[in-house]
Amino acid sequence: MSRAVAESDASSNNLDARVNALLSRSRRNLGSTRLRELFIYAALIACGLFSLLITVSIIGVLLTETLRFFQFDEVTVGNFLGSAQWTPLLGATKSFGIWGLISGTLLVTGIAMALALPLGLITAIYLSEYAPRKVRDVLKPVLEILAGIPTVVYGFFALMTITPFLQWLHEGFNVYNAMSAGIARGPRCFPQVCSLAEDALHSVPKALRDGALGLGGTRFDATIKVILPAALSGIISAFLLAVARAIGETMIVALAAGSRPQATLDPRDEIQTMTGFMVQMAGGDVSNFGTEYFSMYAVAFTLFLITLSLTMLGNLVRRRFRETYE
Amino acid sequence: MTTNTLEPIEKRNMNTVTPELANQSEDSTPAIQADNLNAWYGDFQALHSISLSIPKKQVTAFIGPSGCGKSTLLRWFNRMNDTIHTARATGNLSLGDMDLLDSSTDVVDLRRRVGIVFQKANPFPKSIFENVAFGPRLHMRLEKSELSDLVEWALRKAAVWNEVKDRLNAPALGLSGGQQQRLCIARAIATGPEVLLMDEPCSALDPASTLAIEDLIDELRDQYTIVIVTHNMQQASRCSDKTAFFFEGRVIEFDTTEKLFTQPDSQTTDDYVRGRFG
Amino acid sequence: MSSENRKDEIPSDGATANAGASGSRADKEKTLRGSDSRMATDRAFRRACVIIAGISVVILTFLLGSIVLQGLPSLSITLLTGTPEPEPSQAGAWPAIAGTVWVCTICALITLPIGIGTAVLIEEFRPKSRLGRRLLSLIQLNISNLAGVPSVVYGILGLTAFVSMFGLFGAAKNGEPAFEIGATYYDQFTNLASDPFLSMGIEDAEERYFLAPVAASSDPPTVPKSGMTMFEYIGETLEPVTINVVGAEDFPPTDPKELSLSVDGNSIPGRISEKAWYYFRLPFGRGVLAGALTLMLVILPVIIISSQEALRAVPSSLRDGARGLGATSWQVIWNITLPAASPGILTGSILAMSRAIGETAPILIIAGIVYIRNAPHHLMDSYTVLPLQIYNWTSRPQEEFHAIAAAGIVVLLVILLSFNAIAVILRQRMQNKVR
Repeated sequence: MSRAVAESDASSNNLDARVNALLSRSRRNLGSTRLRELFIYAALIACGLFSLLITVSIIGVLLTETLRFFQFDEVTVGNFLGSAQWTPLLGATKSFGIWGLISGTLLVTGIAMALALPLGLITAIYLSEYAPRKVRDVLKPVLEILAGIPTVVYGFFALMTITPFLQWLHEGFNVYNAMSAGIARGPRCFPQVCSLAEDALHSVPKALRDGALGLGGTRFDATIKVILPAALSGIISAFLLAVARAIGETMIVALAAGSRPQATLDPRDEIQTMTGFMVQMAGGDVSNFGTEYFSMYAVAFTLFLITLSLTMLGNLVRRRFRETYE
Repeated sequence: MTTNTLEPIEKRNMNTVTPELANQSEDSTPAIQADNLNAWYGDFQALHSISLSIPKKQVTAFIGPSGCGKSTLLRWFNRMNDTIHTARATGNLSLGDMDLLDSSTDVVDLRRRVGIVFQKANPFPKSIFENVAFGPRLHMRLEKSELSDLVEWALRKAAVWNEVKDRLNAPALGLSGGQQQRLCIARAIATGPEVLLMDEPCSALDPASTLAIEDLIDELRDQYTIVIVTHNMQQASRCSDKTAFFFEGRVIEFDTTEKLFTQPDSQTTDDYVRGRFG
Repeated sequence: MSSENRKDEIPSDGATANAGASGSRADKEKTLRGSDSRMATDRAFRRACVIIAGISVVILTFLLGSIVLQGLPSLSITLLTGTPEPEPSQAGAWPAIAGTVWVCTICALITLPIGIGTAVLIEEFRPKSRLGRRLLSLIQLNISNLAGVPSVVYGILGLTAFVSMFGLFGAAKNGEPAFEIGATYYDQFTNLASDPFLSMGIEDAEERYFLAPVAASSDPPTVPKSGMTMFEYIGETLEPVTINVVGAEDFPPTDPKELSLSVDGNSIPGRISEKAWYYFRLPFGRGVLAGALTLMLVILPVIIISSQEALRAVPSSLRDGARGLGATSWQVIWNITLPAASPGILTGSILAMSRAIGETAPILIIAGIVYIRNAPHHLMDSYTVLPLQIYNWTSRPQEEFHAIAAAGIVVLLVILLSFNAIAVILRQRMQNKVR
């Protein structure tokens, strides 16, 4: 032991001298580091501004092309906002009434949400209040996979499986119908409802829950009477964001809902949504400079405004809700 | 205990001080000088007209109840407060000829000269070697052999070399708490600072590791100006030369440790060191 | 039954404890009215929850099961390697798979730096000035709103911004490029031997194609002249060849060799082009690059948000440690924060990429439904992607194509699920390594 100490003693003596020489050397010049720092900072700011640029160009492009659409003689703002007749491809009797598309969009979204909201909310309640770890470990990945399956797959499922089943149930169903698209859209949306609602339920302070249970309530009482009301605005924001997502969904309706815009409440009928119309325009060979081509932009702008306001409202409610409990 | 076998080596190391460092120890100008320093977090004033001189090559302890501003002051010494955008200060604070409050002061240069060790050991999720080599790599262009010399030296100085020399490439997070804290000290001295700030370095450690760190502080006192914030009055009395007692953002008393603990001028200090509050 | 007692029992989680307790309670006393029925409600609600939560498993099983059943018979090597022939039994998805690989790789290369950079900007820099902080919170707000924009709208933006580039290069009629490099144009002539009328009687005259180089795509057609040097493909290389022109009044030569070198003087050549691997054009047109950029718009917010979460999870003590050693902001980020956040960033990015792979609507908007027989060769090449090919097959009337679409979906899902699996494995590995 003492020999080892003596040896390391001698070597550390040397080491000391060497390191002292090293430490007294001049340090790296900071100038070039600063300059590099500045460049990188500028590059990062450029990245950040890029996302703003995307928003600006979405609005810019949609706005200018929509204005160009309204400059065509056959288009009037009154017709666009006041009519439910959307027939841009019918040569002589062209009519551009956006409600024809909005109603279809709302019908499919309504069906989807009628399925996704209760399903998502109850699953969220189960996951956050009741589910044992093991069940969570199975359910969570299942939800993730459901959310990760591309919409074109749901579209295929709607057209090939749901529609024939609906037709077997009831003869009135068209090959293309709102019901089938809505049913397929439900599972696509519900993982999102579920995870946002679960977040909301989780952020209700434990003290509130324990308080309710401590006063002799059952878990059901605590959930319905205390936790749900406390998490209500968080849940509302989850619904809003999910509706925004559902409205913008494209491939399911493009495959299963059909391409006849009409304002109907009959889910057995063929309809067309805003997104479905855009896909029809882009996929077909419409002239690039006709009214119908620019109508695509007007529809996109309408869709953008609707989803943007829902998203902003949802995010606003969510932020308010979070502030309450932080 | 490995620390014990190291002791004679470390003792010898102290005699081989560089000429530059030796010169510094002779002059009596303070390492850090604060004059009428006031500091705020937003509207909350954390420090009230602090004036004190941190002596060179000595251990200065800051004691006081939590929230008394001692950590705030320590963090102004190397501008760690810069990350908090509501933090601001007025008055004078200088390190040698460097104005620490001037916004044009290069904090990177400052932090090379003023190292810091935090309350909770925070080794990077890298190997032991990479942890120590991190600072030198930033500041110097070094040959491979020079870098490994420096790492060995710093680890020896921090009294962990014997425990880690066979596993320099092992992850630092695999070390025990006390070893991690000494690794952090090695990391701080590897950049060759003049001043070493320690923000309650032992508060998360067990008594044995605390003892090891206190021994280490004792080893380092002749080469570095050390400022240590501590809750533990025994610790302050064991390892510091001078002690400042903070209370509600003010320095109540600043004197040699011996005097402050035995014959304090102020009644508040007396009450605190006797454990009547805090 | 005292309320004291119940207080202890109810918070104890787990069905058995509660059920058992309420059972024995029912036997013993009925002093507290309603307590039994409330327990029953609780149990019923719990059961309903289990059933409803189970629905998601049922849906997934049914969805995957029905597709696999429909697709399995058509799953073959031809599907992976073949081209989308009009004959269902020979149809394959190779061009679509290659297109997916091209588009998504380029998309990842562009999106990752921008996305991670934005996340770093928001999470790691605290600007001193009020204006800077306002800007950052504006960017943050903007990103959460961008995440809610439907992907089809990004398709429309991509169509205008990348395919036609806002019409800056003149209204891009027929998608003609206004500027290009890496393209060589030829006028292609066929020899007389390929004309059954003119080559009548000379059986062994082979059909040959001659290429006359053209400077620009807008040049008038080449007028063939006798003795002119044109080029001909011998295997993969172009060989010069001297041609012979036969006028309208002339008789075609009878010598098979001479006939094979003869071109009709009045024939109008076809304009063809050769494009190098570095071919580049403006506007981008309906090519791979435009597709990749459009997908970038879709997944950028996703990558930013997941990278932000990963960065937020890095303990600030690590940053303080590096800063205390005199590291500059970027040195802290590059050496400490990013490596520590990399498992999270990687996982988020892989999941974002799997979303990009499955995106159909924006690609459909900017590429349209086109018949593609080849894998892309350069950045501006026309392409299709796997989900778009699936959409194409699904929307056809023939049932045989529906089965192929199902098989295509199986391929797509296998790719996506393996991406998810990679993400999960990577996440676990990196976590273990750090510990």
